[in-house]
Amino acid sequence: MTKTRTRIIARIDVKNEFVIKGIHLEGLRKVGDPIELAKKYYKEGVDEILLMDAVASLYGRNNLFHIIEKACREVFIPITIGGGIRSVDDIDKALKSGADKISLNTQAIKQPDLITKAAEIYGSQCIVASIEAKHKNGWWEAYVDNGREETGINVVEWAQELERLGAGEILLTSVDMEGTKKGFDHALIQEVYSKVGIPVIISGGAGKPEHVIDLAKHVDIDAVAFASILHYNTFGIKEIKEQLISKGMNVRL
Amino acid sequence: MNKKIAVLDYGIGNVRSQLNALKYLGVEAILTADQKEILNADAVILPGVGAFKHGMENLEKHGLTPLIKEFIATGRPFLGICLGMQLLFEESDEFGNSNGLGLIKGKIRKLDTENEIGLKLPHIGWTGIEPGPQKDWTGTILNGIAPGTSYYFVHSYAAIPAEQSEILATSQFGNQSFCCAVEKDNIFGTQFHPEKSGEMGLEILKNLIEKIK
Repeated sequence: MTKTRTRIIARIDVKNEFVIKGIHLEGLRKVGDPIELAKKYYKEGVDEILLMDAVASLYGRNNLFHIIEKACREVFIPITIGGGIRSVDDIDKALKSGADKISLNTQAIKQPDLITKAAEIYGSQCIVASIEAKHKNGWWEAYVDNGREETGINVVEWAQELERLGAGEILLTSVDMEGTKKGFDHALIQEVYSKVGIPVIISGGAGKPEHVIDLAKHVDIDAVAFASILHYNTFGIKEIKEQLISKGMNVRL
Repeated sequence: MNKKIAVLDYGIGNVRSQLNALKYLGVEAILTADQKEILNADAVILPGVGAFKHGMENLEKHGLTPLIKEFIATGRPFLGICLGMQLLFEESDEFGNSNGLGLIKGKIRKLDTENEIGLKLPHIGWTGIEPGPQKDWTGTILNGIAPGTSYYFVHSYAAIPAEQSEILATSQFGNQSFCCAVEKDNIFGTQFHPEKSGEMGLEILKNLIEKIK
């Protein structure tokens, strides 16, 4: 059995009022109501929920505060909110709306000291630094604005810097694998896992439980986020967890 | 009349889920730092995330330290959660040494990652809990919970109680066992978050409500 108990997270990307799902973070399709899905995954035994505003950075605001306010009346597990959070004031609003953690991507790159400032006020445990990674020739580049804008920043170096700045966790999304259901970018994940000492949530590519089992042979996985296969009812939370446990993984049932 | 639980407001952390969980269980939950409201409450919860020193300073700033002691003297149930549990102890060495409320004997120390490979701090996630060395959960806030049930933890520091008999439950971080719940008379503490631990977490809050006479 692996040492770390792997957390199974439901990732819900929201545009306006709808849960959406695309491929490579693009070509977004409506797949449901975020509050209903959050409640459903909670009841099925998911360990955490990640609510991301997919277009927030485009419009310069986060529209999820009211959604989280409603969701957390009946969802009693940790909820992380991300997208369009640009200041300590926004973080404060997010936490007061009922979020336990906030996720920063675009703003972390524009304003790295926001990570440090936020960690000092609220504690590292509530700061998740999000990285959108795209494979380049021999390296990975960090993207912002939901995989739309390149930054020239090296993902692995950036992950180390985020840890140093005070992030409590990293959400590592492979833009290349995102929405493809073809499995994870093993090389990217192994590289980041070997370089940082904080928990790393893996996102992008989960198509079936076997993908996680394959990855677990190489990496002691802290957490993995599922989106497509949950939203399209390909697998239920319980089914995923049972399969992981049957293959010797340490997962909460 | 509805049972009333005061959640202490000292300006830190996400307390909305705490209030929501209590409301969901059918009790009146108020977020307050008001003397009258606190002393009139049927039970009090001290929530908290973040650093010990910052938490203690905020308790002082909001004038809550003497109120907490006054409330506990009434014999009504008092529950500290996460940092709220740590603050019940005498001292912590997080960001230099600072004194806590001193209601339970013992200290707060960082979990050890030096002597074991692959352990990461903060300890984030769902971990099973087991009865303390001298504890039976019958009649406690863990009444009816099966040993091994998992709860949600987010912390880097943990309590080391001086009295073994006050350790209600322990949990594992790698090979280290640490105290994750305490009980001393009407004072309870959980290092994990019952309000974030699904149905089994709500059971603990229900047990707390049942303790209200």
